[in-house]
Amino acid sequence: MSTLINGPTAQAPLGTVPEPQSALPLSIYDLTVAYHRKPVLWDVSVDLPQGKLVGVVGPNGAGKSTLIKAVLELVPSASGRVLVFGKPYRKSRHRVGYVPQRESVDWDFPVSALDVVAMGLYGKIGWCRRVTRKYRDIALAALERVGIADLANRQISHLSGGQQQRTFLARALVQDADLYLMDEPFAAVDAATEKAIVQILHDLKSAGKTMVVVHHDLQTVNEYFDHVILLNMRIVAAGPTKEVFTTENLQKTYGGKLTLLDQASEAMGREGRS
Amino acid sequence: MIAARPSLVLLLLVTATLGPSVAIADEQPTTPTSHRSITDRTVDWPTWQQWRRVLLLEDYNTRVVLLGTTLLGVAAGAVGNFTLLRKRALMGDALSHATLPGVGLAFVCTTLAGGDGKSLPVLLAGAAISGVLGLAAIMFIRNATRLKEDAALGIVLSVSFGAGIAVLGVAQQMKTGHSAGLEGFIYGKAASMGVLDAQLIGITGLIAAIVCMLLFKELRLLCFDEAFAGSRGYPVVLLDVVLMVLVVTITLVGLQAVGLILMVAMLVIPASAARFWTERMAVMAVISATIGALSALLGAGMSAVFPKLPSGAMIVLVATAGFLLSMFFGPARGIVMRAVRQWRMELKVQRHHLLRAIYELLEARGTNQVDGANGESPLVRVSELTAMRSWSSRQLGSYMRRAQSHGLVCRDDSGGVRLTRRGFKESEKLTYDHRLWELFLTRYADIAPSQVDRAADAIEHVLDAEMIAELESLLPQRNDKNVVPPSLHPTFATPSSE
Repeated sequence: MSTLINGPTAQAPLGTVPEPQSALPLSIYDLTVAYHRKPVLWDVSVDLPQGKLVGVVGPNGAGKSTLIKAVLELVPSASGRVLVFGKPYRKSRHRVGYVPQRESVDWDFPVSALDVVAMGLYGKIGWCRRVTRKYRDIALAALERVGIADLANRQISHLSGGQQQRTFLARALVQDADLYLMDEPFAAVDAATEKAIVQILHDLKSAGKTMVVVHHDLQTVNEYFDHVILLNMRIVAAGPTKEVFTTENLQKTYGGKLTLLDQASEAMGREGRS
Repeated sequence: MIAARPSLVLLLLVTATLGPSVAIADEQPTTPTSHRSITDRTVDWPTWQQWRRVLLLEDYNTRVVLLGTTLLGVAAGAVGNFTLLRKRALMGDALSHATLPGVGLAFVCTTLAGGDGKSLPVLLAGAAISGVLGLAAIMFIRNATRLKEDAALGIVLSVSFGAGIAVLGVAQQMKTGHSAGLEGFIYGKAASMGVLDAQLIGITGLIAAIVCMLLFKELRLLCFDEAFAGSRGYPVVLLDVVLMVLVVTITLVGLQAVGLILMVAMLVIPASAARFWTERMAVMAVISATIGALSALLGAGMSAVFPKLPSGAMIVLVATAGFLLSMFFGPARGIVMRAVRQWRMELKVQRHHLLRAIYELLEARGTNQVDGANGESPLVRVSELTAMRSWSSRQLGSYMRRAQSHGLVCRDDSGGVRLTRRGFKESEKLTYDHRLWELFLTRYADIAPSQVDRAADAIEHVLDAEMIAELESLLPQRNDKNVVPPSLHPTFATPSSE
């Protein structure tokens, strides 16, 4: 039941992508993920075309973050296969940028915004080496790009929610990736930040990058995303926003979990617990 | 360019200091140091010679013991920095307690086998094995059950301590061997350390500190954002293991000096204290290591002068003094500094209130401008101002004195006050911000105009330029910066008495 959003033939060769065009940025086949044996994602299959802004939409607990974490191999998958640019994630890690949920870290941590952005460069810097001037300049340029270069040396708890989100985005930008996975970058940000982030996403798109964005605000889905994945433990629908983002599909996504699927999942969870 | 360079220099320096010691130590006709370290339990009150010996570092033994303990303090401070920020501060406590059964069993088994039960390598090997088993038990409980980590730590800590005490009880019942001195591992007894012990501690501490320096960047990433580190391909589990191995190693070599009960203090207190001094992790690590070093040095020194005082307790007490000092006077987060900042904010709010009150009084009279050759505003009477807010005349007097010293107002002998040109400019800006914020609140936050003055009051003092700009963009009709919008509600300055 692979849901092909857009076949590989449909994409135009965009700009400066070095790898062969044939490999899709992200191809998920039959992915199942379980926590403590309780499944949170069932048989998810989806192919993403290149150079698109893809929204992932679904109710709380639908497995949106889990989907991203499973792609990044941060949570083990029970079954299924994920290919990033035609290879397993660990082989194409350098082409993937990740923006975790803002709440996932302790913002009281003693680092500056610049320190956080520089973390995106650690892979390039290498083990046991210090963050030199050259890399600090790259990080500063990324902060400039998200509009908070003047706050570079501020400790991160002294940033507003929107500024913290921009810091995380800048950290992903320095990786200069081809596929970006973003977990709720618009959550609890001010209007100015939302506008700034949307602008950056569009810039990235015109450079041929692909973005998968977990999103909560249904009102802006039509405006922001070319494609949308409606997720509630399984894929309800996936495809171009205009075709897929319908009232009917939304009702299927948000109108409670499929009773049988939910019961089965609960039962498996109970098994796993005992 | 490589972080290794300063650490190499450090290594050379310390090997240079400790290096000749081996030769000297061998020349000394003493019993094997590892043996003496535990059996030497004689109690003396400090004589003048002992004071001099410690204070002037005359004695080679004292010198090495103090240097070794200090390096332990450096390492514990540096490693503790990471465990604290990884929110694993108590892991060290559980691990140190987990070493006790190993110490006891190593003694019992070696003695039964006819060996020297108190040879330090044997005891440390036992401690290491049971420490690692304790770590494994914590991991197992956490991963295999749904118990949280704090429960796992509590279980392992108490069970292993109980088991350890029981084994030590058995050891004391044994006919062969002489278990006296093993308690040194519980409370710490730096004075009983021999030169070789101290060298072992010092070099291990140094290596641990160097590992912290080399992996600083990676460990910082692990502590801050585990998921991101994982997504970048960093071996998160391996890094965590490295951190735990550092903790176990420091605990092991610190057993003799600090003792297993108080070892956690060396890992937690210097790092917690350092957090009050800085918002930068690298600086925090240096401060934490320094506090650790000073506590270890002073604590072990005191214990050397008064052999009855366990060095562990002394080290912890010194570290606590450092912590209290930091908690109150730390420039970044200390309580006093926070109070000072709050007090400054309070003064700023009062200044804003005074200036806006004067401006609104002038505005109500239609004389809100500076004129005249001296560039001052018309006079406002103090009695008018006291009517504006619930100010006592004493409070108002102190606000005005302060505003005058800032050059914002000039007071008149007749009990009136005028805004200077600068004061007028600022008061106009403040009133502008206040009204803008009021407009925003009524329009976007649905707050009634009668309530809006107070709501605006709470926030306007923290508005920065960026927020003002955003307010202006939201309220486009207010794009003329030079015009203060009219108030949405009657200001107190518009009484009929005018």
